[in-house]
Amino acid sequence: MGQRTPLYDLHLALGAKMVDFGGWDMPLHYGSQVEEHHQVRRDCGVFDVSHMTVIDVSGPQAKAWLQYLLANDVERLHGVGRALYSAMLNERGGVVDDMIVYRTEAGYRLVVNAATRDQDMAWMQAQLGDYQVQLHERYELAMLAIQGPQARNRIAELVSQARGALIHQLKPFEGQADGDWFIARTGYTGEDGLEIVLPADQAPAFFNDLVGAGISPIGLGARDTLRLEAGMNLYGQDIHQDVSPLAANMAWSIAWEPAARQFIGRAALEAERAGGVQQKLVGLVLEERGVLRAHQVVRIANVGEGEITSGSFSPTLSKSIALARVPMATADRAEVEIRGKWYPVRVVKPTFVRHGKALI
Amino acid sequence: MSEIPVDLRFAESHEWARLDEDGGVKVGISDHAQEALGDVVFVELPEIGKVFAAGEAAGVVESVKAASDIYSPVSGEVIAINEELGASPELLNSDPYGAWIFKLKPTDTSELDALLDAASYKSAIGE
Repeated sequence: MGQRTPLYDLHLALGAKMVDFGGWDMPLHYGSQVEEHHQVRRDCGVFDVSHMTVIDVSGPQAKAWLQYLLANDVERLHGVGRALYSAMLNERGGVVDDMIVYRTEAGYRLVVNAATRDQDMAWMQAQLGDYQVQLHERYELAMLAIQGPQARNRIAELVSQARGALIHQLKPFEGQADGDWFIARTGYTGEDGLEIVLPADQAPAFFNDLVGAGISPIGLGARDTLRLEAGMNLYGQDIHQDVSPLAANMAWSIAWEPAARQFIGRAALEAERAGGVQQKLVGLVLEERGVLRAHQVVRIANVGEGEITSGSFSPTLSKSIALARVPMATADRAEVEIRGKWYPVRVVKPTFVRHGKALI
Repeated sequence: MSEIPVDLRFAESHEWARLDEDGGVKVGISDHAQEALGDVVFVELPEIGKVFAAGEAAGVVESVKAASDIYSPVSGEVIAINEELGASPELLNSDPYGAWIFKLKPTDTSELDALLDAASYKSAIGE
């Protein structure tokens, strides 16, 4: 038996098909993964993401420590409520994890992946050194993501006036506390929406209110196809300890300036950049019928080979798409081997869908 | 609990077989199989004229989750394929016993007797 979120019983009551995800028993879907996907793109839906790890960082040197720990620079968070996406690298420049960092009244809040929790905590503890920093893992909190074009309007109607006002005020990539709730305008779907961190004992009633108000519960299956269409990396698949952010479409999240900021992995990334980055993460589109899957081989004429890191059927585009790591010289065409046959694919920028619109 | 029609025979690999009045055998996947697969998004159909032995891989059903081989429950030659699945693969989810995948001219109809009947299939899937 895996770990359970506070919403486990509700998932069962809603008919969820449960699966193991990083040691947690989580809903895969509640009937149809494809319908749930469309629901989020067209209207909105609610995800239980309580398995994710929330870590509060405080202390007089919290900022300096995060500037050392992370590839992005928390100096960029001008004011409480601002958020940024960052990789946490090892000395070799490989990705230990990716996360969102919020600046809070007391310091910073990190939201990291579920499956990497132990490795993250061990890594962070090992990097504390003499920094005057406290790490506080918030086991007692649950987290819901409400995503889709109607998400903020719908949620604002179902919460207190003060929280509704806050939801309307939040700009993209901002998160603010309201009492014991933390409400952020972030997500993992390529749509507008919210992520709400709240005490675990309040989560079932809130989730019930949302479902009662007609907001569909959405499982991990649709979460995966939504993030894939949005071109967002999944830790453990598209990125891991041996992958550089420069080969994972994450160069934008590395703060090179100021040059004097010595973050973990910086030297390795600079050497990689100086020597020429060898690989890149691209999008693939299969025009024929079939489904691209992780680990299928990609062949690029006169260039070399690569590999699919994530692949599935895109419900929005009604065709199969994938993320693939390929040699830097790859242009706009490639082939993928599916069950011994080679299929032509288009190579595109790895953002397939944003705000309900196809980009390819 | 999934639906299991009593007039069909089942393979342990979750295909169903139906003997038609014209002597042909239609093949599809069970309600239990479609539910386990999740949303079906692509069906790779066999070619007409191909001959399969019982238990041989004859096609592939891809769902959002994974690709699964479809095994021919009896031996025979493919005499028809359900072209409708090309445009509407989701029929395997919505109507698993109506949406046949291919039709065989069986080599030996007695092979059907070696397949599971509805009651045996029901216990094979633990229902």
